[in-house]
Amino acid sequence: MKHLKTLLAVGAVAAAAALPATAQEEPFTVGFIHVGSTGDMGWSFTHDQGRIAMDEHFGDAVETVMAESVAEGADAERVMTQMILGGADMIVATSFGFGPAVNAVAEQFPDVYFEHATGFMRDHPNVSTYNARFYEGRAVTGHIAGHMTESNIVGYIGSYPIPTVIRGMNSAFLHAREVNPDVEFRMIFVGTWFDPALEADAAQALIDQGADVILQHTDSTAPHAVSQEAGTFAFGQASDMAQFKPAPRITSVIDNWGPFYIDRVQAAMDGTWEQQDAWEGFAEERIILGEITGPVPDEVRASALALRDSIASGEYHPFTGPINMQDGTPWLAEGETPEDGPLAGMNFFVEGITAELQN
Amino acid sequence: MIVDPISLMVALIVVSTPLLLAAIGELVVEKSGVLNLGVEGMMIIGAVTGYIAAVETGSVTLAFVAGMIGGLLLSSIFAVLTQLLLSNQVATGLALTLFGLGLSALLGVGYGGTPMPPVRDIFPQVMQDIPVIGPILFGHSAMIYLAVLLVAAVWYVLTHTRAGLVLRAVGESHEAAHALGYKVIRIRMLAILFGGACAGLSGAFLSVARVQNWIDGMTAGAGWIALALVVFASWKPWRLLIGAYLFGGIAALQLRLQAAEIGVPVALLDASPYLITILVLAVISSDKSRLAMNAPAALGKVFHASS
Repeated sequence: MKHLKTLLAVGAVAAAAALPATAQEEPFTVGFIHVGSTGDMGWSFTHDQGRIAMDEHFGDAVETVMAESVAEGADAERVMTQMILGGADMIVATSFGFGPAVNAVAEQFPDVYFEHATGFMRDHPNVSTYNARFYEGRAVTGHIAGHMTESNIVGYIGSYPIPTVIRGMNSAFLHAREVNPDVEFRMIFVGTWFDPALEADAAQALIDQGADVILQHTDSTAPHAVSQEAGTFAFGQASDMAQFKPAPRITSVIDNWGPFYIDRVQAAMDGTWEQQDAWEGFAEERIILGEITGPVPDEVRASALALRDSIASGEYHPFTGPINMQDGTPWLAEGETPEDGPLAGMNFFVEGITAELQN
Repeated sequence: MIVDPISLMVALIVVSTPLLLAAIGELVVEKSGVLNLGVEGMMIIGAVTGYIAAVETGSVTLAFVAGMIGGLLLSSIFAVLTQLLLSNQVATGLALTLFGLGLSALLGVGYGGTPMPPVRDIFPQVMQDIPVIGPILFGHSAMIYLAVLLVAAVWYVLTHTRAGLVLRAVGESHEAAHALGYKVIRIRMLAILFGGACAGLSGAFLSVARVQNWIDGMTAGAGWIALALVVFASWKPWRLLIGAYLFGGIAALQLRLQAAEIGVPVALLDASPYLITILVLAVISSDKSRLAMNAPAALGKVFHASS
């Protein structure tokens, strides 16, 4: 039904634009654009869950429209412009690559609010960016992986060697090493966010190389299917991936955008919306640790939850010194934690990771 | 030991199977003189119908049958449009892919993430435990053997039977075949339906056996690789097998090389299966006369009995 509404809203712009504007009585309209399909069971799926939660929270006061599989670039500009001409008061763009298009459209429509996920460009006062501290979740999954591996080889499927992914790998590695000094990570970058067959092949390749726990920073459940067959463990990415409970999926890091969208839409409706660069984690429940299931021992379960709680309370930062870069150069001194700026741009592996970053 | 050759062999056979299934169907279609660019669309429809059938019936066999029927039904649209209504094959094929992607997303709403019945290996564990050849030859599900048998069957039918001769005649010169009294349209429609069923089966293999989930757009371009493989193989079934294993082998190898930390740039490794496909295609097509000899002469040409 929602999809139909979307099609009508986006497709029949001419008709919508021709209607006289009666902004006061009309519901506040929020337009979402996604780079992928909301049926990916991962990234775009969780953003759409956030949209649905927000829609339900506000009832008739807010209307949402949505366009999925929008190409980054000129096409995104066209879709956003059509949404605005169709009455959208706020645009939520959920992919990093929408940045230039968001800022171009924001300049033309200064009265429309823009929220751009994982972006950094805020060229106009009506553009905000938001992101989640996924590395906090990866500290916990790394902790569990370090305990659960028997071969002491943990496989990690990455999408691209970009800061978000590298930061997650570092965080997971540090916390696996902390509990298991012999653990080694094997990394594969598959060069895509979403290609189930390729992700399955990558998982199989890692298992063939001796890995018995698979971490992933790609969006499909394919590595779980392979893990199920091979008897290895996996972790849900972006969504809970509950289909694979209680094993091979032993826990997950769930993106929780609903409350964030509710806050931002409420602020816009109240007139208190301000430009910001949100980067929230366990503390704000922007990410949630999924249920820990399967053969995870009770003491590991307890220590994993304790780790999550200490991160959430701010007592512990997943990157707490001493931490050296891969080549041995000191990065953080004893007890030191990084500023958000350098952390956001992290483009190196930490000491102990044997794979080399080639890009 | 950087890369275990046995597990690499096992992986390359699994990786290349969906490509092989889709490509062998397209090879028959092209041998009959029809270019169907809708392989990707038929694959994804097969993936979704196969998955739905697996969820609803709990039977893997029925899932594969449903995948075949899904692909076949979609290809029947192409058959009617291009053979009866004489539409342009390139445009219709592209439209078929777009339509298939959209329709599969619609059909699959609410199905993603449902638990699946497991796909069983057909040989007993004892045989799989034989060193070296056990995992490579006996460690697979039925569909993998079926794909290879299908290649053999297509080769036999095309080269050793009257039906194959007629199919090739239609693909080389539809006027001549028509003059001899063969039903060009009917033969081509049957070939298209065969291609659709193969592509559908390939998609079902992907969703039911490989990924065991339905996810929008999950074929992620495999249909286009299958199309390229047909040219790669210069329309010969056995070369298709080699081409699919080569592509699958490099795809499987590059992932293992990454995991083995050999220090080659990741972007290059990720691109390597495609780079090598382009390279081999370039080498094959450098000899124009041989390529022209192998390509069906009437490929992509519209036939009408009046012409």
